Amino acid sequence: MSNTDIVTVKNLSKNYGDITAVNKISFSIRRGEIFGFLGPNGAGKTTTINMMIGLAKPSCGTIVIDGIDAVKNVKKAQSIIGIVPDESNLYNEMDGFNNLCFCGSLYGMRKDVREKKARELLEKFDLAKAGKRPFKAYSKGMRRKLTIAAGIIHEPEILFLDEPTTGIDVESARQIRQMLLQLKQAGTTIFITTHYIEDAERICDRIAFIVDGNIVENGTVSELMKNFTQGHSIRLTADRDLEPLAGELQARFGDCTVKTETDHTITLISRERIPLLPVMEYLDSNGISVYEAKELLPSLEDVFVKVTGLEAAKLKKEKVKEGMVK
Amino acid sequence: MKTWIAFWGILRKDIKNYYLKPPNISWGIIFPLSWTLMQMIRSSGGLDFSEIRHMLPGLMAMSILFGTTSMLAVTITFERKGRSFDRLLLAPISVGTMVAAKLSGAIFFGIFNAFVPVVFAALFVDLAGINWVAMLLAVFLIAVTSTLLGLMIAVSAKEVFEAQTLSNFFRFPMLFLCGLFLPISSLPVFLKPISYLLPLTYGTDLLGAAILGKGVLPPVLSVLILIAFSAILFTLCQYNIRRKWIL
Ligand SMILES: Nc1ncnc2c1ncn2[C@@H]1O[C@H](COP(=O)(O)OP(=O)(O)OP(=O)(O)O)[C@@H](O)[C@H]1O
Ligand SMILES: [Mg+2]
Repeated sequence: MSNTDIVTVKNLSKNYGDITAVNKISFSIRRGEIFGFLGPNGAGKTTTINMMIGLAKPSCGTIVIDGIDAVKNVKKAQSIIGIVPDESNLYNEMDGFNNLCFCGSLYGMRKDVREKKARELLEKFDLAKAGKRPFKAYSKGMRRKLTIAAGIIHEPEILFLDEPTTGIDVESARQIRQMLLQLKQAGTTIFITTHYIEDAERICDRIAFIVDGNIVENGTVSELMKNFTQGHSIRLTADRDLEPLAGELQARFGDCTVKTETDHTITLISRERIPLLPVMEYLDSNGISVYEAKELLPSLEDVFVKVTGLEAAKLKKEKVKEGMVK
Repeated sequence: MKTWIAFWGILRKDIKNYYLKPPNISWGIIFPLSWTLMQMIRSSGGLDFSEIRHMLPGLMAMSILFGTTSMLAVTITFERKGRSFDRLLLAPISVGTMVAAKLSGAIFFGIFNAFVPVVFAALFVDLAGINWVAMLLAVFLIAVTSTLLGLMIAVSAKEVFEAQTLSNFFRFPMLFLCGLFLPISSLPVFLKPISYLLPLTYGTDLLGAAILGKGVLPPVLSVLILIAFSAILFTLCQYNIRRKWIL
């Protein structure tokens, strides 16, 4: 453990009967970073969060949060963390403002302090007008925003968010990501679970892939990418089908692998960097115009697919489903 | 200080959200009132006010029992179901403080319920001679023990209706076993030991002593036994909550 780590989890497991929801995972979170847990449905993300925040008892393993043993000394750890659960769990009958004030009071904030903070947060989350409306009258995006506000009203050192961008529209998701980056700037450490690769890619400093209760890979986004980038690939888009030239191209540019596709593109893959001029000249001499040349970088999605052996489509499908039902 | 702010925050929220809601206030008044009227009619065929003082201990005990247990089914089972209860479990206050705050609301509600029949009776008969201090103590202790009993039930139930059914399973037998309307001495011998295992028996006896001047047990003994029941139930509840709610 380095002294920059604010959270250290070792050999953490959770069994529900014969089901192993989380299987001996270890990881650490550095002070001030956004750490992402990326995995499909049922991977064990919520179970891990619940153990870290004291809503579930680990079957074995240790959790240390800012030097506090969060398994034995749950209440002490809870005083420095903020929680945004996957389902909004505020009070339906109460209005937005009172919901926030109530959450503040749970952390021992004085009346004047919590009311001031609640007003600030409503303002910040564009909810000032909705502050006097009951929570049950909020739209999904508004509910999520108020739930986040409730999680940070006591200015926690570490914020845990369980799928904060699931089931809300693109704009709200963007606002939430923006908000998290601001919080990070202000020094808050953030732990976020998601099954949106884009989320992880855009805001996380480091990511762990979790599948079936196991962490299969973790590191910074660029580390993960680097480990899985092999060679270079360039895709050219031409004005016509290049299929007939495939054999000739492969023969001429032997140190590349040439793939032609029916959508007027060819992809050149090579261990070394690929000089483009000879290719262009050859195509030009055959009367073919090239409109676009693009280096193909692997996306985090590709890395995820490689590492987990899961189809990215599986994640996508879940995403769509959730977007519709939630 | 922080603990106190959280405690008061939870209590105030429950009072505002649940106890002061019109349906609950009216339930708190109408239910004890209709039982009072029913008992009066039953005892004489017409409205008979002379008996009302004798029925007061039973009516009060019953009002508290039903008031507290039904409210807990709502304030706890309902919040558990909607997951807002997780917020309380996640707050940096001890489970004991949190439980105490949840219970306080129901206890106040029970005490309020208890005085509905008293106010009603005071309209018709002279209530002079009541030992008010002893009565208040009895009301308070009955409210505490019934609330804790309600909490034990709420901890076991997953749905509000389940909590209601389960609590009726306990409440109705208690009406007969605890000397509310029938003296325990008139119960069959094999039921008597059960009576003495129920805190409400001691509470009702204490109320009888305060209002009618006739209790079976010495009042001090009843008070001590009720305090012991409260302590045991409170410990059990905390243990149960930690075991059942933090999975
Ligand atoms: N209380 C429970 N009892 C039994 N099994 C459980 C319980 N909670 C979770 N599980 C199981 O543990 C596994 C992990 O669930 P978890 O909710 O942690 O997944 P997740 O990664 O959060 O998924 P999602 O993306 O759907 O939220 C699942 O197989 C789930 O069925
Ligand atoms: Mg989850």
